[in-house]
Formats: sequence, structure tokens, C-alpha cells
Amino acid sequence: MTDIAITLTVNGVVRQVEVPGRRLLSDCLRHDLGLTGTHVGCEHGVCGCCTVLLDGEPVRSCLTFAVTVDGHDITTVEGLAAPDGAMSPVQRAFTECHGLQCGFCTPGFLCTVTALLRDNPSPTGEEVLEGISGNLCRCTGYQNIVKSVHRAAEIMAEES
Amino acid sequence: MKPAPFDYHAPRSLGEALDDLAGAGADGKVLAGGQSLIPMLNMRLAAPAHLVDINRLTELATLEVEPGGVRVGALARHAQVERSERVAAAQPLLRQALRLVAHPVIRNRGTVVGSLVHADPAAELPAVLALLGGSVRLARRGATREVPAAAFFTGPLESATGPGELAVSAFFPLLPARSGTAFREVARRHGDYALAGIAALVRLDDDLRIIAARVACVSAGPVPVLVDVTGACGHRPPASADWDSAARAVQERIEPEADIHASADYRRHLIGVLAGQALREAARAALDG
Ligand SMILES: Cc1cc2nc3c(=O)[nH]c(=O)nc-3n(C[C@H](O)[C@H](O)[C@H](O)COP(=O)(O)OP(=O)(O)OC[C@H]3O[C@@H](n4cnc5c(N)ncnc54)[C@H](O)[C@@H]3O)c2cc1C
Ligand code: FES
Ligand code: FES
Repeated sequence: MTDIAITLTVNGVVRQVEVPGRRLLSDCLRHDLGLTGTHVGCEHGVCGCCTVLLDGEPVRSCLTFAVTVDGHDITTVEGLAAPDGAMSPVQRAFTECHGLQCGFCTPGFLCTVTALLRDNPSPTGEEVLEGISGNLCRCTGYQNIVKSVHRAAEIMAEES
Repeated sequence: MKPAPFDYHAPRSLGEALDDLAGAGADGKVLAGGQSLIPMLNMRLAAPAHLVDINRLTELATLEVEPGGVRVGALARHAQVERSERVAAAQPLLRQALRLVAHPVIRNRGTVVGSLVHADPAAELPAVLALLGGSVRLARRGATREVPAAAFFTGPLESATGPGELAVSAFFPLLPARSGTAFREVARRHGDYALAGIAALVRLDDDLRIIAARVACVSAGPVPVLVDVTGACGHRPPASADWDSAARAVQERIEPEADIHASADYRRHLIGVLAGQALREAARAALDG
């Protein structure tokens, strides 16, 4: 049960780390790489707080072993803003529409919604609900989150 | 909580994976998408000594539409199968069912074959395999066997997959002409496991009368419960078939359990309602197809 050397490209930066096989990707990001933007709520796939992008696709980092994704690309919430720090359209929409209060669920929502709008730039109301149905928020209420998703789609359309 | 320590194996070929599994024996487990296994490890409901990770076996990420059916490789993720237009055209029940499996983000990682091996009686895909009369191909070092659905699901969270065996693919047969399918379920929240669910298949003859009708029930017993209701439907055209007595026939055959989400009686009620709806929808699809 020796540690295993893996290489991950996280937010465009190549990172090398040695982890035991049982290290969850969420813990690897937070503890080994110091990227605490990825939040951990339930550790069994239900809350969605830990969602990150794996080769561009949203996945639960608490249901992924870091060793399994050796050699792959990860984007965390820290990687969504532009290199100069300018917030992405999804991040701006969440601030504008009060899509967050305590912010605990927000990293998971931002990653999920970023991928959702990339694949479907103008989702219907129902598609938005289906897209975010796997993410739980304990404090904002979903009205403003849904509003944020539609607003993000608008901003992206205006800016494209 | 965190998983207990284990020895991690990262085979690069099927042969290597089978060697690793043979070496691990009863202490070994396959890791596919991890969407059911990792929660169990995190909660320490399972603590295998060896994990054989098949995520590098891209040779198993296959999705083939063969003349007789759709063969789904062990590394084909739910999302990949759900999005395939070829699969949807050949065997529409797969997409109908997959849209009800968990949430899109979980479907990006979970595999169809993993879901079958996991054999949760509340899961959609075991019901699909049972309804269509499909099979799972199991390989161990030096031998391969094809296990029909009827023998594959042996109990709640138990399948015929033995120690040292890897499920390499699952086969979902195509439908004969003038057949239709439907999947209906009730869950407390979209994406949750269903309180009750029904996969239905209806087939018509040349005169558009029902010659076959059957359902597979989800969350209604220890394994997917298959019920043939051809007789109860009365060999009539769908418009005048006795769907109510077909739904009652299904209700009589199931043994649902009570839990904190639903009583056994409520589940029985849901199964009846859903069976009626799903059979009618499948019959409409058969008329259109
Ligand atoms: C929040 C949440 C909600 C969910 N809701 C649903 C739902 O509504 N319906 C549903 O059906 N599922 C649901 N799931 C489970 C999900 O669909 C899983 O993806 C699926 O059941 C298992 O597939 P996997 O590839 O992730 O398997 P794993 O988790 O990797 O493995 C599951 C089991 O199968 C074994 N196994 C896997 N692949 C093989 C193989 N090729 N050969 C031999 N053994 C193998 C493993 O050893 C393990 O015992 C949910 C999961 C979560 C986290
Ligand atoms: S912490 Fe991963 S889904 Fe809740
Ligand atoms: S903003 Fe607090 S949990 Fe969602």
C-alpha cells in the first residue's frame, strides 16, 4: 500500500503528487494541492459540492480516486476565471442574481453550470432544472440559482 | 469517512486485469465508474483488500450495434450510451431508462455494466436487461461465459459475477418489428432511486393485435420482477385491450418491501399505476413503429 506518483494537469498547471490509492480526488485537490475551492459536503455523491471538470466533463471528485485520473486534465472552481482574474460569465451571473449566500455549494454549481452552458448555450427552463438537479443548496433557494443560469446564458450570448 | 486502505491495481490490458483479479481472489473488487462502489468504501460498508481499476482499459469502452442487439463494453459510461443516436435508434429502451439513472454528472462516470453487476433492485438497467432477455459476458483467466439475465441477478446487490471474474460486456437484444417499449418511475426527487418503476414491452402481430406484453418491475422485490401479461391484455388491439387487468396481474406478482420512503402497500399501488401507463405507452410506440 505504498504511495503512487501521479501527474495531473490542474487548471492548466502540471502538478505531480504522491498519494495512496484510497486518496479521493477531492482530498487530493484540497489537501495535497492546496486548492480548497472544491468543497466536500456528503462524500457519497448526493450533494454535488465537490463537482469538478475532468477533461471538461463534470464529475464528483468525492467519488473519484486521484490515482484513477493520473494523466488527465482537471478544472476546479479556481480555474474558471480568466488568467487575469476576471470572473467568467457564470461567476458574474451568480453574483448579479444572488445565486449564492454562504457559498458552500457554489463551486459545484459553477463547475456544473459552466459545462452545461458550454454544451447547451441556450437551455430551456426544464433543461436547466435537469442540469442542476444533482446539486444541493441549503441556503439560497433554487429560484436565484436558476435565474443565474439563464443570466449566464444571456451574458455569454451578448459577449460572443 | 474515508475508504480503508487497499492495494491499487492499474492494469493496462484485459489480460492483466484478469491476472490481477485472479491473484486477488475473494479479496478483490473491480473499480469501474465508482459511482456505487466509492460511496460504499467511503461509508466503510465495503473494505476490499485489492481494487482492480479498469479505467485504463479503453479496449472495453466499446458500444456496438450488432445485427441482433446492442453490446455495451464494461467501460462505456452511462452518458456515452445515452447520447448515442445509433443505440437510441436500435434499442430505444436504453435511452428511456438511462435518463432516469441518477443525475447527468453521475452518468458521466458510472458505467452500464457496473450498474448491472451492482444489481441494485432499485436500479433501472437491471430491469432493462431482464425485460429484453439480455445477457452479461463474464471473463476470468482462461475462460469466458455468457450469463442470461434470468440467471444473472441472484439477490439484492448480488449478481452471478464470481470472485476473479470481470464483466466485459452486456448484450441488449433488439426488438422484433411492431414492438414498443417504455420506462416509467416515481422518485422523490428526479435523479433519486425510484420508489417504484416499470419497464414495459408490447409487441403486435400483423393485424395489430397484442401478441406479447410484459413488464419488469423496479423496487418491487429482491431482483427485477418480470411479469408476462400477454394473457391479461387479451390478444386484442391496444385500443380495446384490458390494461387494468394487466396492471392488476402485475400487482399480484410483486413482493415490495417497506422502508422509510414508502410502505409496501404504497409501492404496490404505484406499480399498478405505472404498469398501466407504461404498457399503454409501449403499445402506442408499437403502433407507431
Ligand atoms: C447520488 C447518486 C444517485 C444514484 N442514483 C441512481 C439511480 O437512480 N439509478 C441507478 O441505477 N443508479 C444510481 N446510482 C448509481 C450509479 O448509476 C452507478 O453508476 C452504477 O450503479 C454503478 O456503475 P459504476 O460503473 O459506477 O460501478 P462501480 O461503482 O465502479 O461498481 C459497482 C459494483 O460493481 C462491480 N463492478 C463494476 N464493474 C464491474 C465489471 N466490469 N466487472 C465486475 N464487477 C464490476 C464493482 O466491483 C462494485 O461492486 C446513483 C449514484 C449516486 C452517487
Ligand atoms: S461531497 Fe461529493 S457529492 Fe457531496
Ligand atoms: S449558498 Fe449556502 S449552501 Fe448554497
